[in-house]
Amino acid sequence: MGKATVIPFGPQHPVLPEPLHLDLVVEDEKVIEAIPQIGFVHRGLEKLVETKDYNQFIYVAERICGICAMGHSLGYAETVEALMGVEAPKRAQYLRVIWHELSRIHSHILWLGLAADAFGFESMFMHCWRLRERVLTLFEKTTGGRVILSVVCVGGVVRDIDDAQMADVLSVLEGITDEYTQIMNTLISDYSVKNRTVGVGYLSHEEAIALSMVGPFARASNVNYDVRNFGRGAYGDLSDFQPITATDGDCYGRVVVRCKEVLQSIDIIKELAAKIPAGDIAVPVKGSPADGAEACNVLEQPRGECYYYARGNGTKYLDRMRMRTPTSQNIAGMVKALEGCDFADVNMIVLTIDPCISCTER
Amino acid sequence: MAFASKSPWVIHYDGSSCNGCDIEVLATLCPGFDGERFGVVNTGNPKHADIFLVTGSVNERNIEVVREIYNQMLEPKVVVACGICACSGGIFHDCYNVIGGVDKAIPVDVYAPGCAVRPETLIDAIVAGVEVLDQKSKAMAEAKKGK
Repeated sequence: MGKATVIPFGPQHPVLPEPLHLDLVVEDEKVIEAIPQIGFVHRGLEKLVETKDYNQFIYVAERICGICAMGHSLGYAETVEALMGVEAPKRAQYLRVIWHELSRIHSHILWLGLAADAFGFESMFMHCWRLRERVLTLFEKTTGGRVILSVVCVGGVVRDIDDAQMADVLSVLEGITDEYTQIMNTLISDYSVKNRTVGVGYLSHEEAIALSMVGPFARASNVNYDVRNFGRGAYGDLSDFQPITATDGDCYGRVVVRCKEVLQSIDIIKELAAKIPAGDIAVPVKGSPADGAEACNVLEQPRGECYYYARGNGTKYLDRMRMRTPTSQNIAGMVKALEGCDFADVNMIVLTIDPCISCTER
Repeated sequence: MAFASKSPWVIHYDGSSCNGCDIEVLATLCPGFDGERFGVVNTGNPKHADIFLVTGSVNERNIEVVREIYNQMLEPKVVVACGICACSGGIFHDCYNVIGGVDKAIPVDVYAPGCAVRPETLIDAIVAGVEVLDQKSKAMAEAKKGK
């Protein structure tokens, strides 16, 4: 064995769109320890809750992360609704889930592109981002925004999707399904992709549970945990929902789980679009949360379970707003998966946990 | 027209942005908006880059990283502040850990506002940045002649 050397990875790195810094302790070509350093994206936005009232803060909550923007505004709105004791109308709940699942499709296809880029499959990266552009066009048509949608408000949603637009959404998704299936089959059956991912960054079922992994990262280690399964909101009306799991626990398993989740999301949208009830899209929310009232909420983000906590103080400003995001859970697992891997596999492993640093650091 | 401005290479760094602008920077270079038809190529190496696309505001932790990348780039170079956070701090300007726009750390040539910045705005900003790049390389050539 050679002498241990520390090689810095990031914060500016070609495979990462975000600043994540790892100190990799390397012996020969093997990584023996990975020490994550964070803080590059910390803005301190939880404290803004003291200067923005609960209706204004939803715009800050959306900007926790540009990829999970829809999810954060949804999670925040649901938490404040629980705090105030109101319930969004059924149609609003359906619309929220439809947009949320669309953003999961966009997030997973985006990730698939980045992952393909990480193992040097650049044409796949371009194909994935081309497909994703169509989902963004759907967002633009239905909400007006491409990335930050600003469509959820406390008490409901601010825009409706009418029948013509819903038919448009479904026909675009139909088109995406064919092309996506082709791309997915190429990726998961490709010999060189398997060479690069099978057995790399292994995390066993027991380790995933002990380290409290969430999201597709945990499901790839056969942890059957998905918040959508709790049947909250419109998810409760789905005829059948089974989390997608894999038993591999390696990079390949994580690629497969995310690939299949895109198709699952498309099915969810189709089913909800057929079942969506008519009615109001928002209820008026007046007054302020009671002093000392507390509420918490969980939501399945594209990257896993996200936990929200809010506390009122009798004014229209919340006393405390706290989120625990999926990547902050998954970093422990990432460090574990990196132990003992080859140095060349580091970017592959880091990407397959799909880190979202701006969620983590806020 | 100098050679660099015919095919400007860009480097992207996420200051403390929410990712929204970062994915729009990448989307600009991907099919759909296809920045590559203007010869724009994304690179990960500051020494190869002509245009520095910074998203997000600066804070105590990343201000050194932003300066370091800027210092490693060779002259002539152009900085484009992508998104309102990079221009002024945006919605986060009074957060305790936000110093302000990228211009607090390095000189910025082009400001591209928006939350998140739209790819069309970014293409405009890169085209405006290319003109600045031309002016800078002209000024450098003249300074060399004057010597």
